[in-house]
Amino acid sequence: MSIPVVGPEIVKQRNYLRWIVSTSSVLIFLIAWQIYARGVSALLLVGPTAIFSAFHEMISNGELLSAAAASLKVLVTGFFIGFTAAIPIGLIWARFKVVDWVLQPFVSALFSTPLVALVPLYVLWFGFGFAGKVAIVGSFAFFPVLLNTYQGAVSVDPMHLDLAKVFKASEWETWRHVVLPSCVPFVVAGLNVSVAHALTGLVISEFYTNASGLGGIVLTASSTFQTARMFVPIVIIVALGITLMAGTRWLQRRIAPWTAGRSD
Amino acid sequence: MSDPQKVVTEGMALPPAVRTRNVTKYFGAERVLDNVDLDLPTGSFTSLVGPSGCGKTTMLRIIAGIEKAGGGTIEINGVSSAKDVPALGVVFQQGSLLPWKSVQKNVAFGLELAKLDKEEIKERVAHALETVHLTGTEKKYPHQLSGGMQQRVGIARALALDPPILLMDEPFASVDAQTREELHDELLHIWEKSRKTVLFVTHSIDEAIVLSDQIIVMGARPGRVIARIKVDLPRPRTEQSAHLMPGYGQLRSKIRNLLTPSSEQAQSEDIEIPVPRDDFEVIQGMTSMTSNPAEHESRGN
Repeated sequence: MSIPVVGPEIVKQRNYLRWIVSTSSVLIFLIAWQIYARGVSALLLVGPTAIFSAFHEMISNGELLSAAAASLKVLVTGFFIGFTAAIPIGLIWARFKVVDWVLQPFVSALFSTPLVALVPLYVLWFGFGFAGKVAIVGSFAFFPVLLNTYQGAVSVDPMHLDLAKVFKASEWETWRHVVLPSCVPFVVAGLNVSVAHALTGLVISEFYTNASGLGGIVLTASSTFQTARMFVPIVIIVALGITLMAGTRWLQRRIAPWTAGRSD
Repeated sequence: MSDPQKVVTEGMALPPAVRTRNVTKYFGAERVLDNVDLDLPTGSFTSLVGPSGCGKTTMLRIIAGIEKAGGGTIEINGVSSAKDVPALGVVFQQGSLLPWKSVQKNVAFGLELAKLDKEEIKERVAHALETVHLTGTEKKYPHQLSGGMQQRVGIARALALDPPILLMDEPFASVDAQTREELHDELLHIWEKSRKTVLFVTHSIDEAIVLSDQIIVMGARPGRVIARIKVDLPRPRTEQSAHLMPGYGQLRSKIRNLLTPSSEQAQSEDIEIPVPRDDFEVIQGMTSMTSNPAEHESRGN
């Protein structure tokens, strides 16, 4: 049974219009940038065409790809460690009152601390290399997933818990059939925020440890006033962010379709 | 007037399907249930009506084993519910289907937890869905169904375990009026065929009369039984036929008067049928809110 609110053709038309407006706004921005950049010193700002030719050069000498690979390795490892640690801790935190009491002061302390302030500490503990970077990215990725998992596990619909009780479900069965599935949309929403945080962590880690990857290029290019080269990794990072966020949203629609109407 | 102490207990050789004695419950310092005695004769349809806060849903939850009573006894088919009684069928309010499970899996939920074998589960789910006329929706998910269909899946889920007792907690409260009437007919039909013992919690007097053999009227603060009323309208009934049966109006105003302060009695008799029932409820709700009848008169005119 479908609900005939708006015909599919009309929806299509609206999407089409929306796409045209969004695309032209980006185009207009790029053109304005290009025109404005002509009148400004190339040390301060360069136009999109200059960035594109720098991009071309950095691709052909392999520099960009190896930097992107190094960054992706840190990002993926840190992100993976961050959220795989966050999910079970969030669940245990929600399940046991005592754990809640134990964790609460630390979580509120850590949550209100700007994570950047801890970066030197991570460097001290894990060094300037790969491990230090992963630790920074991991800590950035950790909190959104932790808080969302906790929130998901404590906001299970009480009616669903009653249902499990009526059917005499065991603790494990209740978790398997009720609590964990109802956490899923929360966890995925947490992943969405977490991806953005992890990217911030990535750039910070590449700035404050030994300069490497995309962030490293930004740093070295800006200190040598190669503005066009500096913009290339920034654009890549933006594109990466947009792609990853779209990916987690797709994941949400895919594995928790019942929340699709609510979240958009 | 009615005799509040009259208990519907005729023709009861075997123990009632559900018998509660002196059930009491506190939420903090507030007494939400005060010595509630219920008898649900086997195969009968009983409704629990009363204002919000009268503890009718709490009473159902205690019988279902979701909550514990503060005191008193509950017997299911003569066995104390403190012992391990088999799962009862419970139909919840809308939204109780698990959104991540298909209709098939939702109806099978209780059967899977009861560790029945796969073939039997499949058979029972198919049968339960057929009973509520939802064959063919097995692969759909709750969010793809209308509110009325969701509640029918909820009924199928409760029926799938074939429990002797069915507890229904305002199951049709949030579906639209027309769907609700269809669901009444469907429920009556299912009940006529299966003759399960049903306890139906509702705040709608009409719903209670159309469906029930007996109506337990509860009062609030503390939640207690104020009347037990036998509904002897002939069966089989339908939503349509019940409203037209002689005695319906009297029964309705009798219950209405039990639920509203005595000062409005005369007035409610006047407004009886054929005023549309929903309007009637609103008018009554408003009069019971005004403490001074004279003041209400002047406002109304």
